[in-house]
Amino acid sequence: MLNANTLAIIYLISASLFILGLKGLTHPSSARRGNYLAMIGMVLAIAATLLNPMVHNYSLILAGVAIGAVIGILVAIRIDMKAMPQLVAAFHSLVGLTAVLVAIGTFTEHSATGIIDSIMLVELGVGSFIGAVTFTGSLIAFGKLQGILSGNPIVFKGQHLLNLVLGLVTLALVVQFSQSSSLTSLLLITAIALALGFLLIIPIGGADMPVVVSMLNSYSGWAAAATGFTLQNNALIVTGALVGFSGAILSFIMCRAMNRSFISVILGGFGGSDDEESTAMQAANQGVKSAAVEDLAFMIENANRLIVVPGYGMAVAQAQHALKELTDIMDEKGIEIKFAIHPVAGRMPGHMNVLLAESDIPYDHVVEMDEINPEFSTTDVALVVGANDVTNPAAKTDKSSPIYGMPILDVEKAKYVFVIKRSMRPGYSGIENLLYFRDNCSMVFGDAKEVCESLVNELKNG
Amino acid sequence: MTETITASGMSPAVVALFIFVLACFIGYYVIWGVTPSLHTPLISLTNAISGIIIVGAILVAGSEGATSLEQGLGFVAVLLASINIFGGFAVTQRMLSMFRKKDK
Repeated sequence: MLNANTLAIIYLISASLFILGLKGLTHPSSARRGNYLAMIGMVLAIAATLLNPMVHNYSLILAGVAIGAVIGILVAIRIDMKAMPQLVAAFHSLVGLTAVLVAIGTFTEHSATGIIDSIMLVELGVGSFIGAVTFTGSLIAFGKLQGILSGNPIVFKGQHLLNLVLGLVTLALVVQFSQSSSLTSLLLITAIALALGFLLIIPIGGADMPVVVSMLNSYSGWAAAATGFTLQNNALIVTGALVGFSGAILSFIMCRAMNRSFISVILGGFGGSDDEESTAMQAANQGVKSAAVEDLAFMIENANRLIVVPGYGMAVAQAQHALKELTDIMDEKGIEIKFAIHPVAGRMPGHMNVLLAESDIPYDHVVEMDEINPEFSTTDVALVVGANDVTNPAAKTDKSSPIYGMPILDVEKAKYVFVIKRSMRPGYSGIENLLYFRDNCSMVFGDAKEVCESLVNELKNG
Repeated sequence: MTETITASGMSPAVVALFIFVLACFIGYYVIWGVTPSLHTPLISLTNAISGIIIVGAILVAGSEGATSLEQGLGFVAVLLASINIFGGFAVTQRMLSMFRKKDK
C-alpha cells in the first residue's frame, strides 16, 4: 500500500510521460517511442491507483480491465483505416460515459460518508455535464460518420434558442445542486446534458466533421479534467488539460483551413451528404474538357513532376493502393511524385496521411498545403483524386462564394490539371468548382480506384 | 481524501486550479509542435491517455464502503475506460507502424 505522497509522485511521473509521449508526435521517426512512453505512464498510473489504500475489491476491477482490454484490442486490430473517424468518435463517447458514471458513483459514496462540500458538488455537476454532452454528442457524430444517420445537417426553428435555454437551466441546476446536494439534481443535470449533446451535433453537416471530431476530442479531455478536480487527482487534471487543449487546437486548425469561425460550425447547417446528383451540373458539362486515361498517362510520362491531390473520394473508392503502385512506377521512371494534403481533406485531421501510410506510400512523399503550394507553378501535371472544394479557385476570386477566403491548394497553377471524378456533381459545400472550367484542366470521368488502376496499367505497358 | 498540507494555506481546489492552468500551457505548446501528418494518431493517442479517467473508476469500484450499485457503476466505468486505453494505444501503434520512410 502506498501513502498519499508516493502516489502523487507516481502520478507526476505518469503525467510527465504523457507529455513526452505527445511530444514524440513531433516527427514520425519519434512517434512510436512516444506511444510507448505514454503506455508506461498509463501502466504506472493504474498500478499506483490499485495500491491506493482506499481500494479494495480487486476481482471486480481486474475483471473490468480484462474485458475492456480484450474488446479494445480486438477493435483496434480489426478496424479498417477508412473508419478511423468513426472509431475515434466511439472512443470519445466512452470517455464521456465513464465521466458520468464516475461522477455519480463518487457523489453517492461521498454523500454516504458525509465528506462533501459545495465546491466538490459544483465540480461533480460540471464533470457529469461535460461527460454527458461528450457521450451523446459523440454517439451522433459516430452515427453520421458511420452512415447510420444522414450526413445532412438537421436544423429546426428555435434550435439555438432551445440550446441556450437548456444551458441556462443547467447552470441554475448546478448552483441548486451545490446547495441541496440531492441526487435528483445531479441526475437532472446529466439528463439535460445528454439531450444537449444530441442537439449540439445534429445540425452540423458532413463537411464539418473534422471540426466535430476534434471538438469532441477536446470535450473528452475536459471531462477527464473535471473528474480530476472532484477526486483531487493531479494526473487526471494534467492529462485532461493536455487532451482538452489538443482537441481545441485541432478544431482551431480545421476551422482556419476552412475559413470558418468556430461559432458558425457550432451553429451548423453547412454542407450535406453527397448522395444527391445535380442534373443542372450535368448541363454544365459543355464547358468542360474531358480526357481519357491514355491522355493522362501520356502527360504523366513526359512530366517533370506529378502532384497528386487526394480527397475523401479517394478514401471512399479505396484508391490509395493503386496510388501506391503509381508512386512505385514514378520512382522507377525517375519522375518526381508528391502528394499534397489540405488540412481538412477527409473526415478527420490527418485522415489522408494515415490512408496513404497504410498503402505504404513513404511519408516523405506526402507534403502539407503550405509547403507544396509554391511548387504547383513549376509542376507539369497535377492529378486531383476525389478532392473538390479544397481545389476551387473561387475561394480566392469570387467574393460571393460561400468558401471565399478559404485557403486552397493552388492546383490551377500547374501546367496541366487532371481531375478524376465520377460526375460533375459539386462537392460538400454544394458549389461549382471553377477549376474544372479552366483551360488547363481536363476531367477523367470514372471511379477513382478504377481510373487509377487503369492509369497504372497504361504506364506499365506504355 | 487525504489531509492536505500546504504551507501557503491554499485550499485543495486552488492547488488543483494552479496545476490545471499550467498544464494548459504545456498542452498548448506541445500540441502546436505536433506535425500535421500525425494528427490522426494524435487524436487516437489523446484518446488513449484520456482513459486515465480509469483512476476515478477504480476508486468508485474499489472503495471499501461501496454499495452494490456503486460497484456496478464502477465496474462499467472501469470496463469502458479500459476499452479506451487498450484500444487507443493499440490503434495508435498500428497507425504509427505504417508511417515509414522510403527505405525500409
